[in-house]
Amino acid sequence: MSAPAPATSKGDARPIAFVSAQALRERMHEAVNDPHLRTSFRGAMDFLMAKRAAQFPDESELASLRTLSEAIRQYSLSKLPDLLEQLEANLTRNGVQVHWAADAGEANAIMLGIARRHAAKSIVKGKSMVSEEIEFNHAMQAAGIEALESDMGEYIVQLAGEKPSHIIMPAIHKTKEQIARLFADKVPGVDYTDNVDALIQIGRQVLREKFEQADIGLSGVNFAVAETGTLCLVENEGNGRMCTTVPRVHMAITGIEKVVEKLEHVAPLFSILTRSATGQAISTYFNMISGPRKPDEKDGPEEVHLILLDNGRSQAYADEQLRKTLQCIRCGACMNHCPVYTRIGGHAYGTTYPGPIGKIVSPHMMGLEQTHLLPTVSTLCGACGEVCPVRIPIPELLVRLRGEAQSAPHANPAMAGQGAGYSALASFAWRAWARIYASPGNYRLFSWLASRLRALTPSRQSGWTAARTPLTPAPRRLRDMVRDRR
Amino acid sequence: MKQPPRSPRSLPQGGAPNGFGPGAREAGTTRDRILARLRASRPSQPLPAPVLDEHYAPRARNETLAGRVARFRAGIESFHAEVHLASEAGWPALLARLCAEKGVGSLLYGAGTPAGGRLDQSAFPATALRPWAGCVEDLKAELFHRIDAGFTQALGAIAETGTLIVWPSEAEPRTLSLVPPIHFALLDARSIHPTFFDAIRAGNWADGLPTNALLVSGPSKTADIQQTLAYGAHGPKELVVIVIEAEGEVR
Repeated sequence: MSAPAPATSKGDARPIAFVSAQALRERMHEAVNDPHLRTSFRGAMDFLMAKRAAQFPDESELASLRTLSEAIRQYSLSKLPDLLEQLEANLTRNGVQVHWAADAGEANAIMLGIARRHAAKSIVKGKSMVSEEIEFNHAMQAAGIEALESDMGEYIVQLAGEKPSHIIMPAIHKTKEQIARLFADKVPGVDYTDNVDALIQIGRQVLREKFEQADIGLSGVNFAVAETGTLCLVENEGNGRMCTTVPRVHMAITGIEKVVEKLEHVAPLFSILTRSATGQAISTYFNMISGPRKPDEKDGPEEVHLILLDNGRSQAYADEQLRKTLQCIRCGACMNHCPVYTRIGGHAYGTTYPGPIGKIVSPHMMGLEQTHLLPTVSTLCGACGEVCPVRIPIPELLVRLRGEAQSAPHANPAMAGQGAGYSALASFAWRAWARIYASPGNYRLFSWLASRLRALTPSRQSGWTAARTPLTPAPRRLRDMVRDRR
Repeated sequence: MKQPPRSPRSLPQGGAPNGFGPGAREAGTTRDRILARLRASRPSQPLPAPVLDEHYAPRARNETLAGRVARFRAGIESFHAEVHLASEAGWPALLARLCAEKGVGSLLYGAGTPAGGRLDQSAFPATALRPWAGCVEDLKAELFHRIDAGFTQALGAIAETGTLIVWPSEAEPRTLSLVPPIHFALLDARSIHPTFFDAIRAGNWADGLPTNALLVSGPSKTADIQQTLAYGAHGPKELVVIVIEAEGEVR
């Protein structure tokens, strides 16, 4: 159980740290008042929403595909332990080594063990949000091993010492001018250019050398197929193929929820994933890996490892309602359509996964002590639930988690950090409110008193007056006014 | 830094999966503990298996070959790939011409494949033909720095999205379609399926996949800088597909 190492040397992001309620409010306030960030996100989200909409011109086809995708995810989850065992058996038969990790510390220890066994000095990474979740880069850095991001967006945020602000488009918060300056400052021998093609070619040159030389390639997994023992990867750039093909060792890491039973189940999920995520009919590459290099093959990794990570997922699994969180296929459509995410961007949340999905999945990974305010960073407008390709009822789950955070401690011991947002005073106030509003007699007395004593209304009313005028009772009650009109 | 991050799962919780919680079944390895935890809470009956056929039923199963080729072509061209039609007899000459036009100095291809067997150096005046020989370790530097193009056969294609199905093999290794800046792919029009789902079903993929199977829809690309599309991110900068038409059916 090692905590992620503190950020030390150059060019790496801060670890995901506990963001206190006060800090979260400050970060949101800062973000909302940053016009560059607001412009970047507004533009990007409008672009992604339009592209997604263009992919689903036929509403009945979308409905059919969503129903099917939801059914596949729910079916897979209903057999999850069996499918994981089947996946493990088939991967093992194919020559892939399977490891299980309860948390970030175990996962990093397993991968560090593999790296040490190969005396690895450098690891080149395809995009993997799970590796962000476990602070993989820090763990490797602490052990003196270079872990280099090779997805263009991830490479940019790593170069800037930041974290992804979006699960699909990590550098969405940056303008091309900012990236141009970053490259000129950080990449040796590069002059300032804000020509996007030129910038991509610079990244290509730098990273090609790394692909060629790296000892280990790391990737995530989009779908793991139990019946064939296959790891599927979705990408556009080809860096995922490079990482899983060129180095002698390939390590893949995934959450335990990503498994499906049949290969054909991948077809609809893949289709709805790319269309929901970036509005692409299909991604450039879909990479299906079923094993290391065979004796007569001429390339491919000699060793393939899969790390199956729990990190709180089995907690979500244990509750029928919260289990729906695990249906997620990580398309990011919920954040693209979220009015809050669009205004505060991905960094304000302080969690690996931002936006609506982050608010329902992070409490399981980090516990509600650290995240109890997250489910309240929402207007409950319902857009996330409406666009979710696998119909996760995100607003419903947000309300549930708000309840878990606010209810008396130990009411639900199965939820880590449950009751973390509990306040005896607030709880008393709501109980009193319920008593007053549930009884006409009490309500009449209360409203009569309130209108008489309105001069005593406090001018500062907790969070309400942070951005609004105070609530003051009217001089006359509605019931009095109605009585007078008769 | 607000406070040292704690390992999330070390937080106290009831029935914690730490091996010391209630029930001896939670003892043992991490694997056993995770599986036991999932087993303890999964639904008593799995849900009914999803039915995919209905969703895919109406998708152009009876379209003509020409229609299917046209859909494939429109799709993959929209992803910035180049498509050329050729006859069974004429494709090697077309490949030679394309290599000359694109200034391909060296073309790497799979030796011992039917298509590879059709390539004849005398037909390629401007291009050195290089059959793949040995393991990638032996030709890594050359592959990364000196080979201009790779040539592979495609196993098939998908009309719905404009996608090539590429199954690397001993003869056509994985990096052949990945590392060189140009990827030439040879596709038989008759192997185009309406959808990915149809390709999986028709080819019984579930019975056995190669160590690596790929769907490829265009050259490598990225939109990671301000949503601006740029081609040639890490893989090939150009994808050129030569479709062999079944005589008399395509046009």
